[in-house]
Amino acid sequence: MDELDRAIVNRLQGGFPLCERPFAAAALDLGLEEKVLLERLEKLLQDGTLTRFGPMYDAERLGGALTLCAMSVPAADFERVAALVNAHPEVAHNYERMHRLNMWFVLATESPSEIERVIRTIEAQTATPVLEFPRLEAYFVELRLTA
Amino acid sequence: MNRVDEKIVRATQAGLPLVPEPYRAIAEAIGVSEKTVRSRMREMLADGRIRRIGAVPNHYALGYTVNAMSVWDVPDEAADALGAAVGALPFVTHCYLRPRLPPDWPYNLFAMVHGRTRLEVEHKLVEIRGVLGARLRAQDVLFSARILKKTGLRL
Repeated sequence: MDELDRAIVNRLQGGFPLCERPFAAAALDLGLEEKVLLERLEKLLQDGTLTRFGPMYDAERLGGALTLCAMSVPAADFERVAALVNAHPEVAHNYERMHRLNMWFVLATESPSEIERVIRTIEAQTATPVLEFPRLEAYFVELRLTA
Repeated sequence: MNRVDEKIVRATQAGLPLVPEPYRAIAEAIGVSEKTVRSRMREMLADGRIRRIGAVPNHYALGYTVNAMSVWDVPDEAADALGAAVGALPFVTHCYLRPRLPPDWPYNLFAMVHGRTRLEVEHKLVEIRGVLGARLRAQDVLFSARILKKTGLRL
């Protein structure tokens, strides 16, 4: 990653324009040609520096439901339980964390009733209780990283 | 949400096409005008259904390999003010109020902190502690050991 890549990553994490030629407009701001910006973005996506380029949707505002869940899984059983949990398409991400509650995952569904259904299914499949931590309030959610 | 918005969400949730006129490409794919795509997206941006449009970096690729979920117990009546103060710290990427589950889980404020080293993250946690001050009753931090699954939003 060179200086130009860094500038693109740092300055294009939001505010991409909704005009007919948005890459040309964004390139102009960066002092680049449209073609160069498109090539750089292609490369940054291919090498995994960027996971995506486009709109970031808010699942809840789109009418879906989202919740954070945690489980305490014995080490000997961890891989099996992880595979069972991850097999649900509603599990958006799942992290192993260093804590007694060692598995933390986010459920994203199209409606709140489905959250309950998926949690009950996971509990039945794994014979492990699932703790649910729905979000009550969000404070300044802004994910911006400096490259 | 109307049918056109839904089609736009489905067509763009994995990303915009990297072509000079991406909104036209989406419009052609879903059978509406280019102007419609842009005006619907502008409205979704205004009402918060779209948080922002741009590059979504991969934490690991940028060297942010340490991910800490810090959890704090603060009095309910102070939670909104403290949550806003913690959320405003530049290194806190998400800050949420969530329910306590006593007796095992006394914490109600969750703040995600990302860093390049564990030491860097620990310094940031000290800063959060400073913001919470005397209102802080208990705390814990859960460092990530491994990503087990990560997918974007899928409708």
